[in-house]
Formats: sequence, structure tokens, C-alpha cells
Amino acid sequence: MRYIEPHGHMVSRTTDDYQAMVTAGCQAVCEPAFWAGFDRSSADGFRDYFRQLTEHEPARAAKFLLPHFSWLCINPKEAEDLALAADVLAMIPEFLAKPNVLGIGEIGLNRNTRNELKVLEQHVDLAVKHDQLILVHTPHLEDKLKGTRLIVDLLRAPARVKPGRVIIDHVEEHTVQLVLDRGFWAGITLYPDSKSSPPRAVDMLETSGHDRIWLNSACDWGVSDPLAVPKTAFEMRRRGHSAEFVDQVLFQNPVRFLSQCPKFRLGV
Amino acid sequence: MPKPRAHRSPAALPSPASSAALVDIGFIPVRAKLIEVAAYLARVERLGAAGDVRCAALRAAARVLVDGKPARARRILERLSDPTTRPDTVSTGKAALGAWQKSARGKK
Repeated sequence: MRYIEPHGHMVSRTTDDYQAMVTAGCQAVCEPAFWAGFDRSSADGFRDYFRQLTEHEPARAAKFLLPHFSWLCINPKEAEDLALAADVLAMIPEFLAKPNVLGIGEIGLNRNTRNELKVLEQHVDLAVKHDQLILVHTPHLEDKLKGTRLIVDLLRAPARVKPGRVIIDHVEEHTVQLVLDRGFWAGITLYPDSKSSPPRAVDMLETSGHDRIWLNSACDWGVSDPLAVPKTAFEMRRRGHSAEFVDQVLFQNPVRFLSQCPKFRLGV
Repeated sequence: MPKPRAHRSPAALPSPASSAALVDIGFIPVRAKLIEVAAYLARVERLGAAGDVRCAALRAAARVLVDGKPARARRILERLSDPTTRPDTVSTGKAALGAWQKSARGKK
């Protein structure tokens, strides 16, 4: 079996995780910029983080023969501080030419505030200006439905983005159709306690479509499982889905979306 | 919100497994989760915390489980969601609760 991990926060994971993922068939890992679990005190903290995402982590992954790609942004959890966000946004173009940077992400909303929405809009404008792919984080729990609606409305402003170049991540049963019906790609995140489980993810594939969907573990420093994607392959197979179907969803779909960025290449 | 029909996803793809096999695959894990729900609701009641908005939301959402209508997961998620539509003026903190309550987000 082969698969892509299109959303993993590998700076928070161990080398054992890299080894397990490669052993399970992982062909590439993509790492969106994320909240560190605490607020960074200045834009310099982000500069160090962006260097980690574009220099150190690809080298660490390469030791396990795993291509590593990244996405850059200030995460919505730190977007309440508009001055800090402006400083970070001004810095991002310095890193966009790095060979492993695929686009802008994971941008989006956390608590659906006006400031978060302003920073999201600025990120989208930056992505459009530099012709970048976009990876969008949707809020947690009770905030997800409202946040997804706000995000979709912002992205659908006339001629703002091409929906096929945007993936809206962390969809669940109440948001997946909203995203797909408007032409965006959808990401299903497999978490032990929140977002989706492997059985629910396969339910969504069976009922909402499977053409513009990818699955990811979003493994990070919290409760998460870096092998959630291959474990979902097992769920698909025991429900009777073919190996070809598994390959389409777990490998071909993410390759199709990510290959819109010419820097996405497989094989070390 | 308008509902454009372009870009519609491909037709649904039912599981090829037999209905009996699907029941076999899911029954024991789901049985365990249902008992966990029952034990949790009894525990918070025993400890005097049943009035917590999250516990009340769970009890209300649980009614969906046996209403005989489709899309139960979607409808439970919708019941637990913030139904408002305007962005908030300020954040009430980084973490969501898991169940929406009007009083906690009254600034909308």
C-alpha cells in the first residue's frame, strides 16, 4: 500500500513516527504551519519556525527517505494580534521560493472572530498575489459549522480564488457537502477524540463522494495518531472496497491536488 | 446561502460489504461507546454536574440516535453547533467547549 500524509505537524513528532509511517507505505508528508501550543512572542519566533519547516524538517525526513513539503502562514490561533500577524505576513514571501513550500496554510478560523477573518483575508490575498495553493483549517467542535460557512463565503467572493486550488480541511458530516458542492477540495482529519474516526471517514466517502477528498492524520503535539491514514485503509478494505479505491483516495487524490504546485515531486 | 449545483461530487459509493458484515464490523466497538455514554451521563448526574451545558447538550443530542431518521451524525453535529452567522467581536479564548451556549457567546 502507498499513501500520502498531506497534513502532519512533524516538528512535534519523533523519529520513531517517521520510521513507522514509511514502513506503513507513506510516500510523502506535507506540514502546514501550526500553533506551537503557546503564543510566540514576536515575528522572530515565526522566522525560526519557517526555517525549521523549510530547512531542518525536510532534512530530518530525508533521513527516512521521505519527501517533506510545507505550507506557511500565521495560524488562526495566533491571528487575534493584528500587528503580529502583519509582521508575519510581510515575512512569508521570503520563504515562498524555498523548494519544499507548496502554498499558504493552514489558514482559516479558530473562534470565528473579526480579527481572525481579517487575517484570513490577508492570507488569501497573499496566496492569490503569489499564485499559491491554499490549505484552510476549519474551527473545532461547535465553531466548525459557522466557521466553515464564513470561510466559504469569503473564498467565494467574486473572482477571489479558483476553488480547485483550495483544500478546506477538517470537514465532518455537517460541513463536507458544503465544501464539495462549491468546488473546493475537502480534507477529512482522523483524530482519536475529535474530528473524524476511520469508520466515519469511510461513511463520508461512501455518501458524499470521493473525487476531491483527501484523508490526513494532522498528527501534532496533542492526542493524534500518525498512522491514522493507513489504519483507515484497513477500514476501507474490510468494508469490501478495492485496493484500487484505497489507492485513489489515499495516494492519487492528494497527488492530484498537490501536483498543482510544480514543486511537489515524489521520490528522494 | 445559495446552493450552486456545479462541481457536484461523483455519485455515492455504497460499501460493497454485506449488511451482515457491516453489522459485525461495527457492533462491538459501538456497543462499548454507547455504554460509555450511559455511564458518563449517570456519573455527572451522580456528582451533581448534570446541569452543565455540555451534559445537557449531550442528552438532547442523544434523542437523535433513536428518532428513526437518516444522517444522524450530521444532525447531532448541527445540534451541537453555534447557529449564529456573524463573526464575533472578540475571542472568548483559544479552545471551543464542544457544545454551544448562548450565554457564553452572547456578544454575537
